[in-house]
This record gives sequence, C-alpha cells and structure tokens, in this order.
Amino acid sequence: MGKLIDMIRQDVRFGDSLKACMNCGVCTAICPAAEFYDYDPRRICDTVQRGDEEEIERLLKSDTIWYCGQCLSCKTRCPRGNVAGELISVLRTVSQKMGYFRSSEKGRQQMFLMKGLQQNILEIGYCVYPDRVDPAYHPEQGPVWEWYHEHIADVAPRLGANYHGEGPGALRDIPKEDLDEVRRIFEVTGGMKLKADVLPTEGIEN
Amino acid sequence: MKRFWNEYQKEIADDHFFYERSCIRQTFFAGSEATFLRILREELGKDICDNPHQHTCTGIGYHSDVVPFETTMTVVARLFSLMTECGYKNYVPSCVTSFGVFTEVMAKWAENPALKEQARQYLWDACQREFEVPENIVHSSDLIYKFREELKPRMRYQLVNRFTGRPLKVVEHIGCHYAKIFPHHGIGKAEFPYVLAGMIESWGGEVIDYPERRHCCGFGFRQYLVQENRGYSIANTKKKFESMEPYEPDFILTNCPGCAMFMDKWQYTIAEMEHKTYDQRGYGIPVLTYEELTGLLLGYDPWQLGLQLHQVQCERLMEKIGIAYKPEEKYLGVGGKLLPTPLKPEILKQ
Repeated sequence: MGKLIDMIRQDVRFGDSLKACMNCGVCTAICPAAEFYDYDPRRICDTVQRGDEEEIERLLKSDTIWYCGQCLSCKTRCPRGNVAGELISVLRTVSQKMGYFRSSEKGRQQMFLMKGLQQNILEIGYCVYPDRVDPAYHPEQGPVWEWYHEHIADVAPRLGANYHGEGPGALRDIPKEDLDEVRRIFEVTGGMKLKADVLPTEGIEN
Repeated sequence: MKRFWNEYQKEIADDHFFYERSCIRQTFFAGSEATFLRILREELGKDICDNPHQHTCTGIGYHSDVVPFETTMTVVARLFSLMTECGYKNYVPSCVTSFGVFTEVMAKWAENPALKEQARQYLWDACQREFEVPENIVHSSDLIYKFREELKPRMRYQLVNRFTGRPLKVVEHIGCHYAKIFPHHGIGKAEFPYVLAGMIESWGGEVIDYPERRHCCGFGFRQYLVQENRGYSIANTKKKFESMEPYEPDFILTNCPGCAMFMDKWQYTIAEMEHKTYDQRGYGIPVLTYEELTGLLLGYDPWQLGLQLHQVQCERLMEKIGIAYKPEEKYLGVGGKLLPTPLKPEILKQ
C-alpha cells in the first residue's frame, strides 16, 4: 500500500490544500469547528507537513479529522493559500481507503452517511428529497415540516413543483436513463469502490 | 469608494442561461425555484433552460466524504454536457454548495489540464458524452442582483415599515461556498459580499452589520446529517442569532437554501430547548430566500411562494411591508382543498 504520506500526496487535491504552512493559526482562529470541538486545523497541517508516519496514522484513526464542517472559511484567510478543509477531505479519503475510520466513533459515522447519501444519489438522483427527510429522525425540523411531509402531494403543485412527475420542474422524478448514467460514472470513477471500502459487507453493488 | 467597489465586481452574462436545480432548495423551498424562473422569464424576458435530465451535483455527498473527487468532477462534467447539448454557455446553479463544487472543479481543470482530460475520458467511458466548460458561471442570486434595478419599477412594495416610514432592518447571510472558496467568484468577494446587500439597499431596506455576519450557518454537512453531531450545527446558528439580536432585525435574507432552512428551523428548536426567541415578542425572526423576497415585493401570492412552509411565520413581516395576503388560503392544497393546520409549537409564537 505504501507510505501514508505518499497516499496523501497522490490525491489530486493535495497540492492545493497544503503548500507550506507557517503555523500562524489563522485557520484555527476562524474555524467554527475549533470553537465547538477540541479541534485545531493548524496542528493537522503541521502533522501532515512533518510527514511522521506514526503521527499520521494516529491522526487518521482519530475523531479529529471528522470534526471539520467543510465551511472552508479557512481558505479565505490563509496567508499562504493553504486550505485546511480540503486537506481534511484528503485525509478522510485515505482514512476510508485504509479502513482506519473504523477506529473512531466519529469515523464510524461514515457508514451511516455512505449508506444514506449514496443510496439517495444512485436511487433517485438527489442528495436530499422531502420523502427521505423523515420527521421522526428530524425533530428539529418542527411541526410545519411534519405537516408538509404529510401533505406534500397536495401542497407541492401549488408551489409550482412537479412532485414525482415527469419532465422538468422541482422534485420531478429523474428519468431512469439519467440515473443509469450517474451510476456508471460512480462505477468508472471510484465511487462504488469507496462505498465498498466503507461498507465491505454490502459488496460493490448498491 | 466607488473605485474600491469596482474591484469587487464580476462578469454576469445578460441572457441565455442553463439552470441547475438544488437538492436542498427543491426539498425545503420548492416555490423559490419556480419563482426564480418566473421572474427571469416573465418579469425580465430572459431565456433560461430547465433541463429535465439534470440531477444532483453530489455536493452534499462530496463534502460528507462519501463521493470521491473524481466522481464528483465527472458528474459535473455530465451536467456541463447537458448544457452543451442544449446549446447554452452560461451556467446558473441554484444551490450555493453546487456553485462551490462547480467553481472548484473548474479551477482544478484550469490549473491542471490533464485532470480535465481525465474527466473527459471518464465521462466518455461512462456515458459516451462530451462537454464544454461554461463561459460564464454565476449563482442564481447573482442574476437577481444584476437585474435588481430593472426589477425595482415592477415592484408593488418596498422594504419600508409602513407604520413608521423607516427602512426595514435586514440581516443578510451569504452561504460560505458562495465566495469563501473562490472570492473572485462572489460580488464583493468574501469580505464584503454585496450580492444580497445590493438587493436590500436598492429595494429600500437597511443592511445590519453585526459582529458574526460572516460566520457559517452551521450546516457542516456530516455535522448536521448525523443526528448525534447536530450540537455543532445549532451552536453555530445560535452564535449568529445572539450576535444579531441586539440590532432587532425585521428579517434575515439568504442566498443559500441550506442556510435559510437552518436559520428558520433552529429558531424553533432553540425556543423548545431554552425557551428563547430572538425577537422581543416571541415570534422569532422571519427568514426569506432572495427569490421569496423578490416575489413578495413584486406582489406574488405568498402561499405560491411557499411561505406557509416556514416555521417562523412571515405574516407580521408582510403586515409591516403592507403586503396584501389571504390568511384563509394559507393551508389550501391543490384544487382548493382545505388541509389540516400544522401543530403549534409550545414556545415560538405563530
């Protein structure tokens, strides 16, 4: 498999994400995740930049890399043009390829996310769709969402939506030939392979 | 000052757009997308294509790290191939996450032409399709910004409190991926985004400048999608509410559908959890998408815009502006069918 640092450097996004970090900490100062979690993107850049294999393996097996919210506020601020949030995406990819994500509680959440989001994309062509935002799992959405979820077939046409209809419009059903092409893209480009890395017992087929 | 702002402008095409729908906007604000197309076509006379073969850009999956970059860039290539097939060159995504994904992919292709060739090969292998990169890519809010003065004389209402005669005080919230990733793609760049402020000022309102104006809404992808992580999401939104509260905003305006949803729904959740609301009378601060605001000022029916789907109710705001609406039609379904009303929250007044 090679060294972890080599796997990290081979990711096409790595060159944009980490050039030469001077450890100023501006990324940590602006980071919403650093306010909420015990999380410090400056230290992550430093760990990767040092290239110590043991330290990197520890990082990839930790909860730490899963704390970032991908707002990418760090990109705007870094005086060296690094992108800590993008580096995090690279690290998460390697963690999943190596199976290290299973070592942490936050990492294991990828199994849930993989199942839900890839299933949505491949089955219906949307990341999110009202039928799949279940009020029981989303109590924070409140009673109006519960009402809409229950009465959407009556309400959506009034909004100009084409709920489960054919042709253009919001919430339309995406034609099978388009879903087939999206699925083939996942097969050709490694989307299915990533799923197999995260959910090996489910096999490559969705 | 005028010269200073000139540095913060970007090119926005004038006509012939390919529209890319948003998973989140369709789910939570389906009326906004219909309204946007209506404004472009009926008010402005523009040509905008709504292609039925489009699909997700995978952005939420990509930023949740369950879709590899190579897959996302090829899905983007397929969407561009639909645009190319229909004869368009100007791409207009509805979603701010999508806008970030498209600009990221295009930037990587520009820096690394071999990567673009790889995307062409992947797309050909998977779908036997070819694509051209858009000549102009802007977020849908950029179009309303561009045409804001043209729309103004067609508007029936202004952002003025009809009881006091004073401008309404508006908080504007820009989705992070609009300009934080590639500042030159945003009007006003990342530090002084003007896309929504420009609409507010043109239409008679006053923009509130508050300390956490640029803080993320807190979506955080996996930080919201996994129930156990939602403390991150609500804590970030709460930080914004607390920062804006002393300025007593009349409403919040957003260009990102996710931000609009969170800032609306988390007010309900915070009220339930902490008995706290962010206006003095306990109703919360209404949150509007820029399409809803434009439609309201143009005199469109608020229930066709979808304001009944908001948890923080918008009637008091409409009354301040003087917008005529029919309360009895709020919960009608298709064909005038009267639907039961939603349950009322315990704390947040409706």
